[in-house]
Amino acid sequence: MTELLVRNACVIDPIRGINGEIMDIAIRDGRIVESVSDRAEMIDARRCLTLPGGIDSHTHVCGTKVNFGRYMSPEDMRAGRTRRRGRMHVTSGYYVPTTFGNSYRYSAMGYTTLLEGAMAPLEARHTHEEFTATPHQDMLANTLFDGNWAVMDAVREKNIQKTAAIVGWTLNAVKGYAIKLTNPGGTEAWGWGEDLTSIHEPVRHFEVTPAEIISTMIRANELLRLPHSVHLHCNNLGKPGNYQTTLATFDLVPDLNPDRQTLYATHVQFHAYGGGTWRNICSKAEEITRSINNKPQIVMDMGQIMFCRTMTMTADGPMEFNLHCLHHNKWSNHDVELETGSGIIPVTYSKKSAVNCIMWAIGLELALLTKSPWQCLLETDNPNGAPFVKYPEVIGLLMSKRYRDEECATLHADTEKRTSLHALEREMDWFDIAVMTRAGQAKALGIINQGKGHLGIGAEADIAIYPIRTDSLDPAREYRKVVEGFQKTRYTIKRGRVVSRDGEIIVDGANATFWTNARIPEDLRVDNDPEFIRRFQEFYTVRMSNYPVQEVYLPRGRCVETESFT
Amino acid sequence: MIVNDVVCPFCGCLCDDLELEVKGDRVVRVQNGCSLAEATFMNDTRLPAPIRRTTTGWKEIPYDEAIKETADILKDADRPLLYGWSSTHGEAQSVGVHIAELMGAVIDNTSTVCHGPSILAIQEVGHPGCTLGQVKNRADVVIYWGCNPVEAHPRHMSRYTTYATGFFVPDAQRDRTVIVVDTRRNNSSDIADEFVQIEPGGDYAVLSALRAIVRGKDSVIPKKVAGIEKEQLIRVAEICTKAKFGAIFFGLGLTMSRGKYKNVRNAIELTDELNRHTKFVISPMRGHGNVYGSNEVFTWMTGYPFAVDFARGIAFYNPGETTAVDILRRGECDAALIVASDPGANFPRIAAAHLAKIPTVVIDPHVNATTSLSRIHIPCTAAGIDAAGTAYRMDGVPIRLKKVIERGYPDDAEILKKIYDRLNGSKGP
Repeated sequence: MTELLVRNACVIDPIRGINGEIMDIAIRDGRIVESVSDRAEMIDARRCLTLPGGIDSHTHVCGTKVNFGRYMSPEDMRAGRTRRRGRMHVTSGYYVPTTFGNSYRYSAMGYTTLLEGAMAPLEARHTHEEFTATPHQDMLANTLFDGNWAVMDAVREKNIQKTAAIVGWTLNAVKGYAIKLTNPGGTEAWGWGEDLTSIHEPVRHFEVTPAEIISTMIRANELLRLPHSVHLHCNNLGKPGNYQTTLATFDLVPDLNPDRQTLYATHVQFHAYGGGTWRNICSKAEEITRSINNKPQIVMDMGQIMFCRTMTMTADGPMEFNLHCLHHNKWSNHDVELETGSGIIPVTYSKKSAVNCIMWAIGLELALLTKSPWQCLLETDNPNGAPFVKYPEVIGLLMSKRYRDEECATLHADTEKRTSLHALEREMDWFDIAVMTRAGQAKALGIINQGKGHLGIGAEADIAIYPIRTDSLDPAREYRKVVEGFQKTRYTIKRGRVVSRDGEIIVDGANATFWTNARIPEDLRVDNDPEFIRRFQEFYTVRMSNYPVQEVYLPRGRCVETESFT
Repeated sequence: MIVNDVVCPFCGCLCDDLELEVKGDRVVRVQNGCSLAEATFMNDTRLPAPIRRTTTGWKEIPYDEAIKETADILKDADRPLLYGWSSTHGEAQSVGVHIAELMGAVIDNTSTVCHGPSILAIQEVGHPGCTLGQVKNRADVVIYWGCNPVEAHPRHMSRYTTYATGFFVPDAQRDRTVIVVDTRRNNSSDIADEFVQIEPGGDYAVLSALRAIVRGKDSVIPKKVAGIEKEQLIRVAEICTKAKFGAIFFGLGLTMSRGKYKNVRNAIELTDELNRHTKFVISPMRGHGNVYGSNEVFTWMTGYPFAVDFARGIAFYNPGETTAVDILRRGECDAALIVASDPGANFPRIAAAHLAKIPTVVIDPHVNATTSLSRIHIPCTAAGIDAAGTAYRMDGVPIRLKKVIERGYPDDAEILKKIYDRLNGSKGP
């Protein structure tokens, strides 16, 4: 039995409605309890800001394309390297760090749970191998279904049950957590070097539209009773004028679940552009947030960009090729048979670029114009918009109008004309930030019941204590202190153990991987369906028996069972 | 006993549809496999026990002693080299990286003498590729450049390209055009629809010519480029631009001939150019069964796919300096641990000679040319035969190798962990 008592913590715990109360937190064997014995180890939080462990609900940290981002970028590996020290392994990389680099830096920022944004089922084993080497965070994997042949066939047949059965079998086989759609239909079109330009354009041969894929998958997701909703990267990412696609997509979404959203729209900044060319691109954040504010069934994340050099990586292969044709830098592409695509290119977001400045402003506008912080979560689509180490700066910008104005003064002159950021007075408070960086994520991912995102009795003792005194710090004026404070916790506690102290990792990690297992009725199971098996054996290049990820790849797997089809 | 859907660990194809008949600790029949697979499973003669060199020959020693001596050799070394890794599973490779990190050693894999130049090219211009099933189901044009799949990857054509029935290519032989580019005729060129015979060393020029033609600049092309008629170049370029889905596979004929990584870069840039007309992909034909896995494991752990030097405490990478051949050639390293590979057979003579000079330990299931240069050889399981573990196919698809028999050998990952523990005092990585 191990016990820990955190005393004098200034707790903000939005899920329980606690806002800045000074309290003690008792921990036994990794969970939060009523009280502990007087033999418990003690930490004095000295009235510092204490939050549930940070949760990133959309980040790219593990798997085939992340590793290829490292593989093709020795220049970035040189840019961030640390030596072996105490319990810490060597790390390399700044915007695509090695697994240990990701894990240590997230931990130093108080993050204890991460959702990998895109895992191709065929290459799931790779993602799980890297999860094991990311020891300080519990991991979940979004599983890609955007170009899944079996799913598209079932969608064409308008067969929601069959769609659900395919998804359920696949998630179980690859130990995935949730459904991810990246440019649905578009990644299959990219198999022929093409893309789709509207959610009503059919995919060649399969004769289904993105709208049909999205609508059917939303219903299949609810039929499976998955803890998370469909997680969508909309069509037409990064194209001027794409806000109409985004709005049309949002209009497809019914409100089907009382406990959480029905659709999670990711990195919406990249999907909120007006205009028709790069010359007249402008912000449509107001239109997007008007839709969001009227649709409690949708949660989005910002997809904030920050000015820096970084790497874009996504399953959206055609988008990456278009971007490559603009940037003329190196380009990698990796299509995955019968499932999805992917692309990787490095980019530099520059204040000298009007387009980049507008993108930067749009991300902030989305957050500031969304009334409920539960509906707009803080992310950069790491590393696409910026590496996650920039989150503290994003927090600073959201909390301080002065910081935004000072930044705006350094931007391309067109920013003010084509966005409304300068007119937004809103300054977020500590509670808003706690929602946008952990509580909102826990709710959106459906992991509150797993003890994540709050500090109630029975919760997992994942806690971040920041060197911030909310009673004496004015974030609007002293935003630099806010940024600094969120960069390095005083203590990060993971499952009841202090794992990081003042940015230094002090123990070996032992993360868990959450995955979902939906029980599917015998007569619907695709592994009993001779036609499904025949097509699998004929068109995949691995045997169906060799496809599922063995339990050995999840040394600390946590299966979330669902009562589906009820 | 019959075991189905077995993965052959030999080459980068990692065919996973083999059927083996097993009797006791022996594989007695291999179905579906190529001749290389059959030899891998059936001619699996192992070194029976660890051996140490004596003044007159070899002496068998217990595993514990061999492990202790190996740890001592590494501990005494100023500049140890850990090399190989490409024929074992990722679990062993991962322990290898941890040992290198702990010792401040150099760790390198067989890419260094194989597709290392491809990696350098990819680091300059990227890699437009895909999984092999994408080629199987869609490609109507397949190009083999500087490789001989019939000999080196015997089932590549039947599983993934020329003869494979694909969803959008129901009649593979009729629907696919196969182009072979090489300096000489070989078994693969014999079945090509179009054979492009380049003068040795002419790959770069031919790739440049094709790029120019694809960009509509054929007027600048001379009558002949590296022995190839302009007409043929224009024909090939047209086949490519008119393809619905084209795939280039290349081998050491491109990476290890004059121009090296610049050849590969040019081939990638041709692929890039072709994507402005149609869909095109390019992929290296990786040799060892899990050489790509060693690149993957090294990359997520250190940031670099090969040639990683931990001497400065951080991971440092500079191919040409931190590559195994160069470290040996300069006579720089003073101890070597060779795992799951045979540099004695593949390295330049001067590099191999240095291995013989310094204390070299081999961890490998089989006696090979490196054994005769070594001081100690520790036999172990062979990944995919009597040990399970992860391997990455040439296209990046991770596959679990199966354990099909038990032969009583320790797993190389276990041996390496014991070495690590000795070096680290007590705790594991």
